[in-house]
Amino acid sequence: MAEAAVPPLPLIHLHGISRVYGSGEAEVRALDGVDLDIHEGEFVAIMGPSGSGKSTAMNVIGCLDAPTSGHYEYSGVEVAGLTRDQRALLRRHYLGFVFQGYNLLPRTTALQNVELPLIYKGMGRAERHAAATQALAKVGLEDRAHHDPSALSGGQQQRVAIARALAGNPQVVLADEPTGNLDTKLSRDIMEVLKGLNQSDGLTIVMVTHEAEMARYARRLIWMVDGRVERDTPTEQAT
Amino acid sequence: MLWETIRLAVQAIFRNALRSFLTVLGIVIGVGAVIAMVTVGQGSTEQVTADVEKLGSNLLMVLPGEDAMEGGPPGTAAAMFDLRTNNLLEEQLALIEVSAPMAMSRGRVVFGNKNRRTDIVGTDNRYFTVAGWEIAQGRIFDPAELKSGRPVCVIGETVRKDLFGSIDPVGEVIRIRKLSCQIIGLLRSKGASTFGSDQDDFAIMPLRTYHNRISGNRDVNLMFAAVRDGVPTDRAVREVEVVMRDLRRIGRGEDDDFTVMDMKQIASMLSGITGVLTGLLSAVAAVSLLVGGIGIMNIMLVSVTERTREIGIRLAIGAQARQVLMQFLVEAVILSLFGGLIGIIAGLSLGYLGATLLAIPFRPALGVVMTAFGFSAAVGVIFGYFPAQRAARMNPIDALRHE
Ligand SMILES: Nc1ncnc2c1ncn2[C@@H]1O[C@H](COP(=O)(O)OP(=O)(O)OP(=O)(O)O)[C@@H](O)[C@H]1O
Ligand SMILES: [Mg+2]
Repeated sequence: MAEAAVPPLPLIHLHGISRVYGSGEAEVRALDGVDLDIHEGEFVAIMGPSGSGKSTAMNVIGCLDAPTSGHYEYSGVEVAGLTRDQRALLRRHYLGFVFQGYNLLPRTTALQNVELPLIYKGMGRAERHAAATQALAKVGLEDRAHHDPSALSGGQQQRVAIARALAGNPQVVLADEPTGNLDTKLSRDIMEVLKGLNQSDGLTIVMVTHEAEMARYARRLIWMVDGRVERDTPTEQAT
Repeated sequence: MLWETIRLAVQAIFRNALRSFLTVLGIVIGVGAVIAMVTVGQGSTEQVTADVEKLGSNLLMVLPGEDAMEGGPPGTAAAMFDLRTNNLLEEQLALIEVSAPMAMSRGRVVFGNKNRRTDIVGTDNRYFTVAGWEIAQGRIFDPAELKSGRPVCVIGETVRKDLFGSIDPVGEVIRIRKLSCQIIGLLRSKGASTFGSDQDDFAIMPLRTYHNRISGNRDVNLMFAAVRDGVPTDRAVREVEVVMRDLRRIGRGEDDDFTVMDMKQIASMLSGITGVLTGLLSAVAAVSLLVGGIGIMNIMLVSVTERTREIGIRLAIGAQARQVLMQFLVEAVILSLFGGLIGIIAGLSLGYLGATLLAIPFRPALGVVMTAFGFSAAVGVIFGYFPAQRAARMNPIDALRHE
């Protein structure tokens, strides 16, 4: 896709977004006036020191958390104006989230975990099973489909979480350090999967990472410091 | 979607097998205990009522003392009756068909090397009529024996079994206290009364024999009277009271020094006792119910954190709050139904077993079954559902991070 074909309306539009925890002395401004536009089909990496607000920003974009102030429009729709149920539908049909801490259901097999969002999408059993198996295969875990999270390594759990985010065929994948627990080889495999989906299916990806090498898979790098976007530049593509 | 919700709930039940098991156990204990207890309680109440009805509602008991039921042993304070009182009562009141004078005490009976403490009763043949005893073997007293106070006796089945075993008792001589006494008859067994007291445990001799050889006085402790058919009991009681006051020369304004009881009164007293018993059982049952409920509550509260996280995950991947809540509700309802069903089965089985062992009727009460079930189910649903409801109202991220 050519650089010039940028659609006029951003998919994700953050304007003056702040997220303040606590008050008075204990006040923490996790986000402090973030302006950010992400268009459909982009592959964005967010980097920054620990505590700079990366996860908080992802949560706001993922409609898991409400900003204290500012505007967030998804596809031109003001998210704050939606009901809780409508936000749930937005997450269900458009967003796939990979949590920094995986957040898999305990005592539930990898396959069932990946199937979970598909259940809420109203997919039939057979179809769901097929889609979940396929998603697990993408992250190289088909042979662990029937293991509980407690029987999986950290990296394997992380891959199940990625498979869960991908299985529902979302418009945007929000991945908070998706390779934080993977070795370089596996990290590259996962990044190739994401890059492939981005290029072939036009999947929009927003990814937090601490590794410069992984950030290079993205085409745009956002650098956050103290709850603000400090730099926003294209990355030189890894070849 | 409902089918899917049920599937999700069932999945969650098996996923949290221990939690589910303990919840079900709590409900089973609560429901089962209540049903078993109340079933036994009601069965025994009914048994008492039936027993009393069998005794006959046309019987009156006259005891010395103002309030024989609440005072100590009959007649500790008031003067005893005598044979004359009994016979005058019978003569003067046409509505009394027959009245038996009774004197009694506890004492030892001995045969060979066996002995037994039993009730020693002095009376006459009227007693057999009033109380409805049948002779199993031998005969009742003849007029000469009664008149001259001969040392003869009629024994109950328990005394026979204990002292004689396989020997034929009629014609044998036993010692009652210091009196050597020949057995002339054996009564047909009436078995245990409702409270397990043995009705066949006594030795009966002519009243005169009792007076001369056992008590050394002329007292009659109790008069046992049968009212003619068709006479209302309360009228009979009133008239007996009038005659008794006259016979005992009780002046106007003075209190009775005797008590007339009809079987209805005795019945109500006995069912009062079983009522207390039922109350006690119910209290135990209520405690079990509470314990079961607290068990469920504990399990649910302990797992709140985990459940809150689970709800956070489900919300984050696109579940709507009401879908998650419906799942938790269905889960709680399934567990409650399942536990309630097992509890009902267990409770009824235990109740049946208890009724069989105690030889009382098996009387399960639908109301109690429903109440116990409803309570446990409510506890399960309330403590399963409300924490879930709170979690579902949070921001997904807060639910996810819940500690
Ligand atoms: N629930 C909360 N309550 C109070 N403060 C919070 C909360 N969540 C985050 N913060 C604070 O907000 C700031 C940003 O946190 P955030 O998790 O977004 O950082 P991050 O950039 O993702 O860091 P890391 O790279 O370590 O994951 C931190 O200072 C953190 O302490
Ligand atoms: Mg973070």
